[in-house]
Amino acid sequence: MMTPEQNFMRKIEAEEKIEPKDWMPETYRQNLIRQISQHAHSEVIGMQPEGNWITRAPSLRRKAVLLSKVQDEGGHGLYLYSSCETLGVKRADLIAAMQSGEAKYASIFNYPTQTWADIGAIGWLVDGAAIVNQVSLQRTSYGPYSRAMIRICKEESFHQRQGYELMIALAHGSPEQKAMAQDALNRFYWPALMMFGPHDAESAHSAKSMTWKIKRETNDDLRQKFIDQTVPQIEFLGLAHPDKDLKWNAERGHYDSGEIDWQEFYNVINGNGHCNRQRIEHHVRAHEEGAWVRDAMTAYNAKQQAKTTEQRQAA
Amino acid sequence: MSDFDLKAATQEYATRLGDDSVVLGHRISEWTSNGPFLEEDIALSNVALDYIGRARMYYTYAAELAGNGKTEDDLAYTRDMREFRNLLIHELPRGDFAYTMVRQLLVDVFNTHYLPELAKSSDSTLAGIAQKAIKETRYHLRRSHEWALRLGDGTEESHQRMQRALESLWGYTHELFDADPLELQLAEAGVGVHNAALRPAWLAQVSAILTEATLTVPKDDWAVRGGRVGYHTENLGHLLNDMQFLHRAYPGCQW
Ligand SMILES: [Fe+2]
Ligand SMILES: [Fe+2]
Ligand SMILES: [Fe+2]
Repeated sequence: MMTPEQNFMRKIEAEEKIEPKDWMPETYRQNLIRQISQHAHSEVIGMQPEGNWITRAPSLRRKAVLLSKVQDEGGHGLYLYSSCETLGVKRADLIAAMQSGEAKYASIFNYPTQTWADIGAIGWLVDGAAIVNQVSLQRTSYGPYSRAMIRICKEESFHQRQGYELMIALAHGSPEQKAMAQDALNRFYWPALMMFGPHDAESAHSAKSMTWKIKRETNDDLRQKFIDQTVPQIEFLGLAHPDKDLKWNAERGHYDSGEIDWQEFYNVINGNGHCNRQRIEHHVRAHEEGAWVRDAMTAYNAKQQAKTTEQRQAA
Repeated sequence: MSDFDLKAATQEYATRLGDDSVVLGHRISEWTSNGPFLEEDIALSNVALDYIGRARMYYTYAAELAGNGKTEDDLAYTRDMREFRNLLIHELPRGDFAYTMVRQLLVDVFNTHYLPELAKSSDSTLAGIAQKAIKETRYHLRRSHEWALRLGDGTEESHQRMQRALESLWGYTHELFDADPLELQLAEAGVGVHNAALRPAWLAQVSAILTEATLTVPKDDWAVRGGRVGYHTENLGHLLNDMQFLHRAYPGCQW
């Protein structure tokens, strides 16, 4: 007879998915809640920097594309919150943890969207980096999370293509547009690399997550993939690569790159980036402004329920 | 009909309908990331998206009729406030959630009566656009109807907010049923719609929903008009500042 713990590890090793009703170690559950909710919060907070340009999009087509992208991100958030709720937590509590700063979201969204080109850079680089990460998460050991990733990845790829297409229009446009594209690339390239997290040696949650197959590839491996795939994309745009130390390494078959500014990384993670406070305050404000709406909904539903009960009793 | 140029009138009419759609779509899009909860945030973005889609169809047709190489974006992004011809109700601010939902209810009911008429237009393009928009509009109305009930018959606060919004919007609904000579002639020609004829059905349906929602139908004792002649509220200028700034800052660019 196997103990539940042994059976759990057997499934992990056999690449069987862990499902909500299955026995799982408490730390596995906690680890998943942390990662999935962080992902959900990222989708939702990410609506702010992109939403920042919906009302100013320079053409009706771009406006529609952006609206629909931001709407998709909201949908990803919902879908991930539901996945997370299969682990026995409530969305309201997850949101409260995010608002209090206890739970994190992707630091990339603490950078301001200053120009229209940032919308292109985010679609291309940020959704692009997210995909690299999420493609590997399609094989994550927790069933609901894995299925969420498969569904979400399809839309993220679409976002990435749209973002890149926006960058092409700018990079091949007027000199001002090209400068705008270069500036956005310069500002978003390094933060996009930071999305893969600290070096493996420094990563707090990595080892355990790898054993449990929550994570399938290491931060540095995923980052390397992204660096490599981005080089020809930058070339095609005719833009200058922001990393002056970038060099092809024939022996490794990869690009060597310059070092990330880790001080900036930790500064933003610790809540002191450009927009950390603004993002949380925005979320809290919208949430508080919506309180009377949610209350009204609850009150209305209660009244309706009371009516039905009354009718049933009368009948 | 020597003094009536049907093609020019149709072009003007399509532009007006495009203006209505783009301005309301823009307003609703201001809710993105500001909704009372995530599901509703997504739903509002979807409504905005639908209106922007409509604007694009109307404007594209207007530009095609103009035949001067102009595009949907020239119409949306390079005209000034005084040239816009949207009805005023569409440009009023986003307001709180009650205000937004009351406006949607009033406009959605109007559109569920207006669009089936426009779908009968002898102009096949306008008829086609209306036909496409009907389905979405019925869905919008289902939502705004449900929200009217929940908020009207929810809490004391939500009820008050709804009634207040209703009072401050009602005077802008009269314009929905106006027709200037151009729209009258288009209606006579079978291209446009006799809007005035829609009011009884609109009023009956709106009144029924409001009553169901425990709200009071406001009195018809004031009306503000001017959208179709370009006499706008102050709100539209600010909306266009946002919407047009980037496009205007880099003239002649492709995006
Ligand atoms: Fe997403
Ligand atoms: Fe994502
Ligand atoms: Fe995305």
